[in-house]
Amino acid sequence: MWNETAEKMSRVEMRKLQSTRLRNVVKHAYHNSPFYRRKMQEMDITPDDIQSIDDIVKLPFTVKQDLRDNYPFGLMAVPMSEIVRLHASSGTTGKPIVVGYTRKDLAVWKEGVSRCLTAYGVTKDDSIQVSYGYGLFTGGLGAHDGVENIGGTVIPMSSGNTQKQIQLMHDFGAKGLACTPSYALFLAETIHESGIPLEEFQLRVGAFGAEPWTENMRKELEEKLHIKAYDIYGLTEICGPGVGGECECQDGTHLWEDHFFPEIVDPVTLQPVEPGKQGELVFTTLTKEGMPMLRYRTRDLTALHYETCACGRTAVRMDRILGRSDDMLIIRGVNVFPSQVEAVILELPEFEPHYFMIIDRVNNTDTFLIQVELRPDYYSDEMNRMLALKKKIADRLLSVIGIRPEIKIMEPHSIERSQGKAKHVQDNRKLL
Amino acid sequence: MKGVFMIAKQLSVFLENKKGRFTEVAKILGEAGINMTAFTVSENSDFGILRLIVSDTEKAISVLREHSYGISVTDVVRLRCPNVSGALGKAMDRITQNGIFVEYMYAFSEGDTANVIIRPDNLEKCVEVLGE
Repeated sequence: MWNETAEKMSRVEMRKLQSTRLRNVVKHAYHNSPFYRRKMQEMDITPDDIQSIDDIVKLPFTVKQDLRDNYPFGLMAVPMSEIVRLHASSGTTGKPIVVGYTRKDLAVWKEGVSRCLTAYGVTKDDSIQVSYGYGLFTGGLGAHDGVENIGGTVIPMSSGNTQKQIQLMHDFGAKGLACTPSYALFLAETIHESGIPLEEFQLRVGAFGAEPWTENMRKELEEKLHIKAYDIYGLTEICGPGVGGECECQDGTHLWEDHFFPEIVDPVTLQPVEPGKQGELVFTTLTKEGMPMLRYRTRDLTALHYETCACGRTAVRMDRILGRSDDMLIIRGVNVFPSQVEAVILELPEFEPHYFMIIDRVNNTDTFLIQVELRPDYYSDEMNRMLALKKKIADRLLSVIGIRPEIKIMEPHSIERSQGKAKHVQDNRKLL
Repeated sequence: MKGVFMIAKQLSVFLENKKGRFTEVAKILGEAGINMTAFTVSENSDFGILRLIVSDTEKAISVLREHSYGISVTDVVRLRCPNVSGALGKAMDRITQNGIFVEYMYAFSEGDTANVIIRPDNLEKCVEVLGE
């Protein structure tokens, strides 16, 4: 373990530490950030109202739009002379999100990445190829600093130039690969096409993040690259990759909660949910100086587990990201996420990985139709067999999402294929 | 009087329940010079399954695939018997007496010959029974 004191701290000690740090960061934000002071004043609270970590629920939420509205430096809580680095996330719409780090903020970030790398089994003897993009994106430099911090050898490839990536990975004997899981899959395929035997590579660990991925992708990456593939979680607003990472148990992503305090809230009511229950992940940075975040709504949907992990770490574990709360639909009173529907369709071999959901309201009742396509081998001359397939997918969806959708089997290639972000939902309800 | 039978290839085409779908299939096959010997449709409110016996099965598969149709190919029994009363009954009797279940069947006539397409649940056994 990189930092056994923090990673194995008892729950009681952790709450104490979090309480102290929360008091400090709230004071800091209140006194040095006009934005947070105004927000707290609007809610009629002062730093004196925040005594323990349990008081966190009194604090206002922060959302992405707040960062846009205060572009570029409106949320900084230190003079710009203290900021030693800026990063930004592009964002497909509107202004970018800008974050600033003090020297200490960078040290905390490095600490987080170092804990992750050590949990993956990476040591100072290993060289790690960093194939996240370098630049304003936090992935490249974040991973880079972490590898250097533990004394490993960084191969700072950045993204792109796949042929060269493979050649150097081979020639330099990289033990680890840090990149997005989708790029790792692409690299794996390119290695297979290149004809270089996998045995000639030294690769054994993958640190994959910056986009949601599935257990199936893990299996595929581990088989194709003969590695152990681990999740690294993070977001620019909090610091970047290294907010948390998996351990050798691969049973949830440990969050480094002595620095980044996680909560799960109901995305509709914004009330905290019980441990283990799904909801929206919210972070408060407990030690950040440059741009503290109080109760930042990530929009990522997941659940937290507080039981001690088999690896010995007490640090809370997070489930895989299930989807985004922005995408959530409420159908007949049930929260439905397109990602859940997608996961069911992907696991059934009879269906193509394409779907389209249509929601409407007829006689004050929501209707929920999912259009799917069959894979070529599953068309049949028998009506019963076709109807059984409809029932199979509807039953499976009922057990996963809690309501039974109507299924319509479409002719091949009639559902729009994804080019980048596919549109999967049409909500025709006119509520009013 | 005994009928003759053979194994025929039947094409099943998945059609969404919307206007003009059958017309399009007929047109595609027609343009490819393929003749439909017989067909039947099984349908529900969403979709239909068009089952076809055609003059050139392989060619029909390839042109329909080119047009992205969902298809399957099934071996069926094509029974030819004289177009007189009682002929089919004997054959059917033999099938059912031997515990063979018929999923569906349809018929068409060619002059003095009646043709019956039978989709049994057990093709092998059906062929054996009819051959006795």
